[in-house]
Amino acid sequence: MSKAPAKTTKPGDAEVTGHEWDGIKEFNNPLPRWWLWTFYVTIVWAIGYTIAYPAWPLLKGATPGILGASTRADVAADIKRFADANAPIEARLVAADLTEIAGDPALASYAANAGKAVFATWCAQCHGAGAGGNVGYPNLLDNDWLWGGDIEAIHTTITHGIRNTESADARYSEMPKFGADGLLEAPQIGEVVHYVLQLSGQAHDAAKAEAGAVVFADNCAACHADDGTGNRDLGAPNLTDAIWLYGGSEATLTETVTNARFGVMPNWSTRLSEAEIRSVAAYVHGLGGGE
Amino acid sequence: MGILEKHGVIERNATLLLVSSLLVVTVGGIVEIAPLFYLENTIEKVEGVRPYTPLEITGRQIYIREGCYNCHSQMIRPMRDEVQRYGHYSLAAESMYDHPFQWGSKRTGPDLARVGGRYSDEWQVGHLTNPQSVVPESVMPKYGFLLNATIDATYIEDRLKTEALVGVPYTAEMIAAAQADFVAQVDPNADSSGLLARYPKAQVRNFDGQPELTEMDALVAYLQVLGTMVDFSTFQPVASR
Repeated sequence: MSKAPAKTTKPGDAEVTGHEWDGIKEFNNPLPRWWLWTFYVTIVWAIGYTIAYPAWPLLKGATPGILGASTRADVAADIKRFADANAPIEARLVAADLTEIAGDPALASYAANAGKAVFATWCAQCHGAGAGGNVGYPNLLDNDWLWGGDIEAIHTTITHGIRNTESADARYSEMPKFGADGLLEAPQIGEVVHYVLQLSGQAHDAAKAEAGAVVFADNCAACHADDGTGNRDLGAPNLTDAIWLYGGSEATLTETVTNARFGVMPNWSTRLSEAEIRSVAAYVHGLGGGE
Repeated sequence: MGILEKHGVIERNATLLLVSSLLVVTVGGIVEIAPLFYLENTIEKVEGVRPYTPLEITGRQIYIREGCYNCHSQMIRPMRDEVQRYGHYSLAAESMYDHPFQWGSKRTGPDLARVGGRYSDEWQVGHLTNPQSVVPESVMPKYGFLLNATIDATYIEDRLKTEALVGVPYTAEMIAAAQADFVAQVDPNADSSGLLARYPKAQVRNFDGQPELTEMDALVAYLQVLGTMVDFSTFQPVASR
């Protein structure tokens, strides 16, 4: 333990605390003044801070602070600032005829940029970051459209969605489960699949395809049209091209005919504003496949 | 220098110093933390927030087990960019029945606080099975094994009792009906009136599209309820909070 021997300060010596351990003495150097004063300033600052900003918990709530700081008010003001700045052009966008947007440079520029942001936030997860689509989620870059590719059709699809249960105006059609519900026997399904392979110009069994043509005419032509080119009113895809939503191989086509497909798209009318829907419709329309 | 002399007594007595430090830290801790338990405005009163259904809370356990929180937060901060991307900023009430909460602080993937209803069940199942099939640039691992992991309601009552013990308002009726509610939520043909009475607005359907009740059902049910309990078309935030 320490002893407390007499201090041995001489002029010019650093002050020691008086503590000594095995002959080692402890200097009592003062803190640098700049450090000490900075420390005092932080204490004063802290007191001022608790007065200016919400801080002390009381019985019913915390002290609000005299500056009235509120992150909620800040974010509301920030959102309002941008909403106000965009309001005039958005009002014009909503008032404009859909077909006029592309021809008006200011509207087209705003819609393309805003639509790109909306697409990245809400659409890219299914349709892909570049709108190239995925299995089950249509490619929006090509000119093959299930429900129509002019700006008004795209706008309707985005507004009401497809086969969802939330919007009464959602685009709706349901392909029968020809295999699962026993509408067609397995051999008939094989035949019609080969007919579809023939329609789309792929390798096929000619005999089966010939029999499949009859099956197709009786069961499929009502929606997919007699020549297999589809029907946009029913979202029935064109079966004669090389573009497939779920795949065009024999195995995939057999699965499609057997169990059908029921792709769903949400209605965006309750999630996005009309200006946002118009922007993203114009963006998608301008991607290359727009009609 | 009187008070400094007295302070010297504490400095020379290690045990006294330790006890005194403990007292100071305790007082500081109580002043900071204790009022939060009694302040009326710590958790804002919000309509619509209910305890998770038995299936949803099982999905939550899977979410925690698989470490989803390592890459996904559940906390939309009050900032314009976050609100525009994810929706209304999170409210304290929305996670008041989470033990532990899943706010997280790491976003390798997007925030999931309002992922409920944002995607279809098919998308969720397809994405969990093979994330790269819908998001090619994703680094998320594949969770397709959840489709093969069947689950039953054996321990669900114990789970609800434990949650009730830490303050989630599961009633005796809810606990008694837990096993039935667990299976009722994935069977759209069954009578789900009891489930809906106990857990308003619970979503009843076959979440993973398979006949078996699997961990995928539970996880998707949990994801689909996230952030959907509060109706933000009627909720008015108190700006001063």
